[in-house]
Amino acid sequence: MSSSNEATVSGPPHAHHWDPVTAYHGSKLGMWLFLATEILLFGVLFTAFAIFRYLYMEEFHHASQYLDWKMGAINTAVLIFSSFTAVLGVDAAQHGDNKKTFRWLCVTVACGFIFLIVKYLEYSHKAHIGLFPFIECNDHAQFCWDSVEFKNEFKMYFGLYYCMTMLHALHVIIGMGILTWALLKAKKNRYSTDYYTPVEMGALYWHLVDLIWIYLFPLLYLVD
Amino acid sequence: MSAHADGDDKNYLNCETTLWSWISTVDHKRIGLMYLFTITAFFIVGGLAALTFRIELFSSGAQFLTPDQYNVLFTLHGAIMIFLFIVPGIPATMGNFLLPLMIGAKDVAFPRLNLLSYYIYVVGAAMALIAIFNPFDYILSGFSAEQAFNPADTGWTFYAPYSVKSGSAVVWMTGAAFVLGFSSILTGLNFIVTVHKLRCPGMTWNRLPVFVWALYATSVIQTLATPVVGMTLVLLIMERVMGVGIFDPSMGGDPVLYEHFFWFYSHPVVYIMVLPAFGVVGEIIPVFSRKPIFGYKMVVYASVAIAAVGFLVWAHHMFTSGISDWTAIYFSVATFGVAIPTAVKVFNWVSTMYKGSISFETPMLYAMAFIFLFMVAGTTGVYLATLAVDVYYHDTYFVVAHFHYTIQGGAVIGLIAALHFWFPKISGKMYNEPVAKLAWFLVFVGFNLTFLPQFVLGMEGMPRRYFDYLPEFQPMHRLSTIGSFINGFGYTFALLNLLYAAVFGRVKAPRNPYNSLSLEWKTASPPSHHNFDEDPEVDDYPYAYGTPVEGGGHH
Repeated sequence: MSSSNEATVSGPPHAHHWDPVTAYHGSKLGMWLFLATEILLFGVLFTAFAIFRYLYMEEFHHASQYLDWKMGAINTAVLIFSSFTAVLGVDAAQHGDNKKTFRWLCVTVACGFIFLIVKYLEYSHKAHIGLFPFIECNDHAQFCWDSVEFKNEFKMYFGLYYCMTMLHALHVIIGMGILTWALLKAKKNRYSTDYYTPVEMGALYWHLVDLIWIYLFPLLYLVD
Repeated sequence: MSAHADGDDKNYLNCETTLWSWISTVDHKRIGLMYLFTITAFFIVGGLAALTFRIELFSSGAQFLTPDQYNVLFTLHGAIMIFLFIVPGIPATMGNFLLPLMIGAKDVAFPRLNLLSYYIYVVGAAMALIAIFNPFDYILSGFSAEQAFNPADTGWTFYAPYSVKSGSAVVWMTGAAFVLGFSSILTGLNFIVTVHKLRCPGMTWNRLPVFVWALYATSVIQTLATPVVGMTLVLLIMERVMGVGIFDPSMGGDPVLYEHFFWFYSHPVVYIMVLPAFGVVGEIIPVFSRKPIFGYKMVVYASVAIAAVGFLVWAHHMFTSGISDWTAIYFSVATFGVAIPTAVKVFNWVSTMYKGSISFETPMLYAMAFIFLFMVAGTTGVYLATLAVDVYYHDTYFVVAHFHYTIQGGAVIGLIAALHFWFPKISGKMYNEPVAKLAWFLVFVGFNLTFLPQFVLGMEGMPRRYFDYLPEFQPMHRLSTIGSFINGFGYTFALLNLLYAAVFGRVKAPRNPYNSLSLEWKTASPPSHHNFDEDPEVDDYPYAYGTPVEGGGHH
């Protein structure tokens, strides 16, 4: 979004072209507004989760024990660390150090990969014990999603779990995309003390992704 | 769109003329026009759906539709008119075109994001078309004739649990609404940043045109309410795909929760539709009354107040859905609260006209029709906010009539008023005034003939969305059907008149045909590609009519 200041077509050179300061502040306001919409997007899921947890306290408690809090804790640590490296990337960009920017953003994106791998391991374990929709029932699995015995409350818990974590994982992927675009610009030495908007916007987005996980982790894995 | 230069300076329409220059444009004026043509196409589709089921309702008993086809038609009418036509209606068309011109900017804050919003809208529209023709049930059922035409039939509200069980088209239609919502969010976000960051020198917040204020308030709602419905529709799709029972009571879910989520967006969305129309009327009335707008600050605060209070009243759609008494009482009282800023606006418009030097050009006629129709809408809205009365009126034609007075009488009339008012600026031509006035007359008479009888029908107990009715209701239904066709002819004449003038019109528009003080009239008609030849600057709000101005004389 921040690169809209480059949008020019024919006509005088100033058409559709903002001065860098306006472009920077505009992008920042735009990104904050976008983050607000993201919080509302997840807000629906948090609200639904709160209501059904209140209604089906015991079943939700029981269901949550099938999540592996150690995996969740690893991912929490990975994301918090990645937010830290993202900040270092922004700091480097603000000082016009393209090399360091590139390096820190690479670390951040790598953390995103680790997060997704751990998430994949968790999902495949769920699929293995039958706690996953779209899986054919078999005798080895502990549960069967589509069977009559499978409790509706369990479906609701895991339905919300998948909805929240998959939406979050999608955001991780989008965040990785934005940061990759930002770090490619660092590779081309685009940043200076006057221009570092993409890094800052990418990092803002990444922090939100991190923040949402920090709420998801205790809510889904830890709360008794 | 083939406005020829005839030796004139280049403007935004003819500076480039290839098809590619249009579909890849980042010019807010061209994007506004592209939206305008697209939403008009859907307005025609939605309108034809309505006329078709009005013919069915002309007489009691089955006529030429099956009950299922009838359900499909009213669903298409609602979903198309709401999601594809009137939500982007004024902001994405007139807002896109005018916002930068009115604040003296060269474009919106994120021109490429603006184009992206348009294409996201197009994707959403394509998904809606898939939902309409829905080939998938037909293919999946092994080409059984029963599934040949099986579009969404849930009504535009997609209420659970029926929407979980109905045909697969619901997934496409809700998916479309989600994508269209995303487009709406990006437009809103773009406008908010534009208003904050790109006002020209001297354009303080207290000098912003009321239309810009209205767009700003609208954008806040678009940005903050739309994500909620988006996620709700995703939950609905997830419920269908994964077999989770979040909204299904037979599986421990809660259908009322769906309604809460849905109306948390879909009530504020009526203000997305109607607030920009308030802004349009606020621009037109001072110009044709030659008087400063009465109570500028109150008009502006009222827009913001409506946007704010609009977030806090959603459950008044659910008084009969089994919410607790205290909840219902709160939402009833809060809904009365909306009437206050709305009435403030009506009084401001009427006071602006009071002792003004009024001339009855077409935009002014539409603006006055708006005030009248919206007053009916607002007053009947108070009936519906009243708990005891609403239990009786809920889901009757009274609600249908009230809603159409707000949205057609408000938002659509506002859009048509805006199209006429800014037509010289957009096209550089003048339209035929007598034809426009005739069209206005047909729209006004036809509209009232369609929906006034529906108030009576509702009071007599005619439920909405019914395929058939008792013979006692027939006379009023017939009046309504006749009115709907007059209304339809009115819109047809109005739009054809404008289209003819834009393409074949010979009368060139001057810069400022109405002697308006607003900034968009200070540039050429149509504006050049980069809006203003010199960087604009303002030193007053644009409504100082009747006061001496620089260079002598009075406006």
